[in-house]
Amino acid sequence: MELFFESLFNGVAIGSVLMVAALGLAIVFGLMGVINLAHGELIMLGAYTTYVVQLIFKLPALQSIYWAYILVAIPLAFVVSGVVGILLERTVIRRLYGNPLETLLATWGVSLILQQFVRSVPLAYASGIIFALLVGFSFPFLLPKKLLDGPSSQLFRAVGWFGSAIFGILLSGGLASQISTISRANSRNVDVTAPKWMRGGLEWMNLTFPVPRLVIIAMTILAVLAVLWFLNRSIWGMRIRAVTQNRSMSDCLGIPTDTVDVLTFGIGSGLAGVAGVAVSLLGSVGPNVGSSYIVGCFMVVVLGGVGNLFGTILASFSIGLLTDLIGAGRLLSLWPNMPSPLAATVDFFATTSMAQVMIFALIVIFLQFRPGGLFPLKGRTVEA
Amino acid sequence: MIFKASTLPRWALLLIWVLIFAAIFAAPSVLPVFRLNLLGRFLSLAIVALGIDLIWGFTGLLSLGQGIFFAIGGYAAAMYLQLTSSANEINGIPEFFGLYGVQELPGFWEPFYSPIFTLIAIWLIPALLAGLLGNLVFRNRIKGVYFSILTQASLLVFFNFFNGQQKLINGTNGLKTDVSQLFGQMVGSANMQRSFFWLTCLLVILSWFLLRWVVRGRFGNVLIAIRDDEPRLRFTGFNPTLFKTIVFAIAGGLAGIGGALYTVQSGIVSPQYMTIPFSIEMVIWVAVGGRGTLLGAILGAVFINYAKSLVSEAFPETWLFIQGGLFIVVVCALPEGVIGWLQNGGVRNLLTRLGWSKPISTYPKLQNSGIDEVQP
Amino acid sequence: MLPIQIRRVVSGAAFSLVAFSLASCGSGDQAVEFDDTVKVGILHSLTGTMAISESTLVDTEKMAIDEINAAGGVTVDGKKYKIEYIVEDGASDWPTFAEKSKKLIDQDKVPVVFGGWTSASRKAMLPVYESKDAFLYYPIQYEGQECSNNIFYTGATPNQQSEPATEFMFKKSPAAGKPFFLVGSDYVFPRTSNTITKSQVAQLGGKVVGEDYLPLGNTEVAPIIAKIKKALPDGGVIVNTLNGDQNVAFFKQIQDAGITPAKGYYVMNYSIAEEEISTIGSEFLEGHYGAWNYMMSIDSPASKKFASDFQAKYGADRKVADPQESAYNMVYLWKAAVEKANSFDNDKVREALVGIEFAGPQGPVKVMPNHHLSQTVRIGQITADGQFKILEESDGPVAPQAWNQIHPDSKGYSCDWTDPKKGGKYKL
Repeated sequence: MELFFESLFNGVAIGSVLMVAALGLAIVFGLMGVINLAHGELIMLGAYTTYVVQLIFKLPALQSIYWAYILVAIPLAFVVSGVVGILLERTVIRRLYGNPLETLLATWGVSLILQQFVRSVPLAYASGIIFALLVGFSFPFLLPKKLLDGPSSQLFRAVGWFGSAIFGILLSGGLASQISTISRANSRNVDVTAPKWMRGGLEWMNLTFPVPRLVIIAMTILAVLAVLWFLNRSIWGMRIRAVTQNRSMSDCLGIPTDTVDVLTFGIGSGLAGVAGVAVSLLGSVGPNVGSSYIVGCFMVVVLGGVGNLFGTILASFSIGLLTDLIGAGRLLSLWPNMPSPLAATVDFFATTSMAQVMIFALIVIFLQFRPGGLFPLKGRTVEA
Repeated sequence: MIFKASTLPRWALLLIWVLIFAAIFAAPSVLPVFRLNLLGRFLSLAIVALGIDLIWGFTGLLSLGQGIFFAIGGYAAAMYLQLTSSANEINGIPEFFGLYGVQELPGFWEPFYSPIFTLIAIWLIPALLAGLLGNLVFRNRIKGVYFSILTQASLLVFFNFFNGQQKLINGTNGLKTDVSQLFGQMVGSANMQRSFFWLTCLLVILSWFLLRWVVRGRFGNVLIAIRDDEPRLRFTGFNPTLFKTIVFAIAGGLAGIGGALYTVQSGIVSPQYMTIPFSIEMVIWVAVGGRGTLLGAILGAVFINYAKSLVSEAFPETWLFIQGGLFIVVVCALPEGVIGWLQNGGVRNLLTRLGWSKPISTYPKLQNSGIDEVQP
Repeated sequence: MLPIQIRRVVSGAAFSLVAFSLASCGSGDQAVEFDDTVKVGILHSLTGTMAISESTLVDTEKMAIDEINAAGGVTVDGKKYKIEYIVEDGASDWPTFAEKSKKLIDQDKVPVVFGGWTSASRKAMLPVYESKDAFLYYPIQYEGQECSNNIFYTGATPNQQSEPATEFMFKKSPAAGKPFFLVGSDYVFPRTSNTITKSQVAQLGGKVVGEDYLPLGNTEVAPIIAKIKKALPDGGVIVNTLNGDQNVAFFKQIQDAGITPAKGYYVMNYSIAEEEISTIGSEFLEGHYGAWNYMMSIDSPASKKFASDFQAKYGADRKVADPQESAYNMVYLWKAAVEKANSFDNDKVREALVGIEFAGPQGPVKVMPNHHLSQTVRIGQITADGQFKILEESDGPVAPQAWNQIHPDSKGYSCDWTDPKKGGKYKL
């Protein structure tokens, strides 16, 4: 029984990291058919955002509420990754709709640039750039529509961008002078220190449940619920679903498909940022942190089937459980009297690296029987 | 996207080929040893690029896992070289086995004592593996990005497997070839390396002829039909699975040959050849050179790698920016690649856009009456 | 402080490269008159996953070269040579190390290359240096089982690091006598080092109850933690050979899972030095152990000068650690060997190298006939301020064993390059 619970918890813990990382990808891939290889780097940006937020909370003025940094980090990471995602969509991906293979290559290029960006640009200045972009983008929404459509709209836009550039410079300068560690470019990995309440483990029934894992599980549940609510209950969510089902018909009915695309991509990228917060709780934050998750995320999406969130959930938790069962060698303790050739095989795969081999092989075999994944998309659109 | 057949004038093509041959023949006397060795290695990468061009440029299958076949070809060559020079080692098996306490040669090494088996294995094993993997995927009509993702995942599987199996194939360290003996000479010696350079040039040209033959005939037409509209081809009674499997196997075989040549010229084969970035890089060589143009694949592979090697010597940190930029620019602005751009009248279009040349009129008759543009 | 800051920013920006080269030229020392220059190669990863660690070696090697130049350079045949360096990027990719080595040897014709970190990169470079009869100086503690005539190893061999550490953990640590669990990244150093540890623990009469390897780049350590808890229910010794950033995930998560010194779990680390402690966070490492030849906390004038010189050059928050000390020593040892041989010629330098002594930051070191260094072994416990508290120190330098005397396959073998009849591997 103890073994069962421990296995289950470990599986869920591993699965929830995969889940939160793959959620944004599933939305973008499922709803828009876009393969975003820069997804891992959006996770990385979220993780770096957490790191910067954490450093700000370590300043003397805010030290007393250090425990709450994660409450700021989650929305901020969502916004930062979302803005970068929207920028990516506006500049690169929108030119490539309908060409998934080209999108794949272009986003790989973006991911290389983002990786090198965080290595060569000091974090203080990177924060400034992203902040300026954020202000610049939201500026038009703050003004009354009349002004923007008026004769001097160009002027207002120019003023808006100029103002946001100033904001950005001020922020970079402020951060660089206050926190010396991020005033220089740094290619080494950095570490997010969790506050006291998020460390250690909870003891229950002879088992230890690490608190960060519990926090991640909670974050995953909240993220999934929020996405489900958004897609099923909110007006924009329904528009997104409508566009997914039939783009031209939605267009005819007056749904602004262009805006829907931006929104979908922004939300998908924002969720990557949230995943970044989760990932920063487990290990160090570095330029390569995203690339270690990306293939796993794709496996989740492929296994789960396109365009179905339940498939994604089921897929990530099955991969999580399998990782634990195979990688930690639990099969042997579940069935101690296994015949020896089988036991030797199980033992061969009972290391973390061989477990990965085994799981990917199992997924490929599974796809032989269900090429569309666990929950394939039904209908004629599949062939298109 | 539809690629036209070559519209580059005959003399221009001829000129390019003459230049290429001149460069190849001049290279050994002009270039220093190190640069010549680099050129030889990049030419072996060009063989891999030719294979990718066949499956991607002509058939529309974007494989992100060519590194598997590349590395396996390299391992086959390296295993033979390890065995030929391990007679004096303890137990008569390659030295690295001793590190892990292995006393006996693992069974699958045995056939590699034979040079003939090795020469066949270099291309046959990758080709068979590619055929098998391809068939499993194509049979289920998995295509497009799914195919790409699955090839990438298999790449990771193979990487982990080779990386983790110290006792079978020396894990992360890979196999070295430089100090092995072949025909009584050290593989790493300047003489031997020059022979490998010539061999690589020869094989690039042979592969080019092979692929030209494949894509020119009816077979090639089917491939292009698969790329442009697979369901319709199926409705006309063709079986795309068979064709796709065959070309994927050919590409795998070519990757194996390229890998073997690359290995003997760089002195080592290791699981690093199966990392994800390297396999995606291979695609960009073809994309920059021009997919659907065989010449483009060769030139793309050689030039990009040369650029990479030069840039990373001078400014290592900027290479990723340049490479990332290349991906984006090629995909967004130059989808047909450099050679494709030239073939499709790119120079003239550019001149027109800059206003230095007269636009070609779509309807000459109208232009005579003074109307420049025709509104659709 | 400021020039480096500027240099880093500039080097990142693709378009300011000219400014970068001007800035680095401008920092040369004009005080000494040189007759000629000699170019040496520095080959470490400047990009990729290993850049984090290897860039500190580049910094140290540059510092040593600048110091030598400031003191008059290398004197050969009465001529003063200024040392110039060519830095190449191994890009954390083993075949690239081989390629760049060929470039440095064939193209730039350098007499010596200082380079490498991972064992895999050294194994990739080894055939290049052997086939071209060039010389590589390699500064990292490693698994041994190698003795090349073309490599000079200034890091510790297992008998200078892991063996005393294992013995310490089994006999003197709070977890003495308890079972061992071995954790490592999936590459050659952890695998070989753990093979030695397993034999040694068995000889000492202890028990190794499990081992696991994490693929490089993977940070999901939950299955390993589950295994440790199952194998060591009442505490014990964990020998850790994980690489770089995987340590962060490992230490964060074992603490959360209750694997702490307070509960009787002690981790002995072979690849965590002061630099890594500051990245991981000393709050996760406090109470665990490490074994090195050099530790920043060594209380000697040489050690303090080394640390303060480095910090003066690169910033007060920087740390010095064993790999850097080893890299620093090797530049000076090369200089000494060249001056003793009175030539840059490879064969002469190689012959002159053996027997050279140098007073390094760790204390005296001496080049032995097997191209390794005799060094002092130290075992320390990590403290809250990110330093080691030195608990044990060998009585003087320990002679290196290239071929391990515990590993079943190399027992009874040795290496001696001064005697042509003995060579790289002979039976004792």
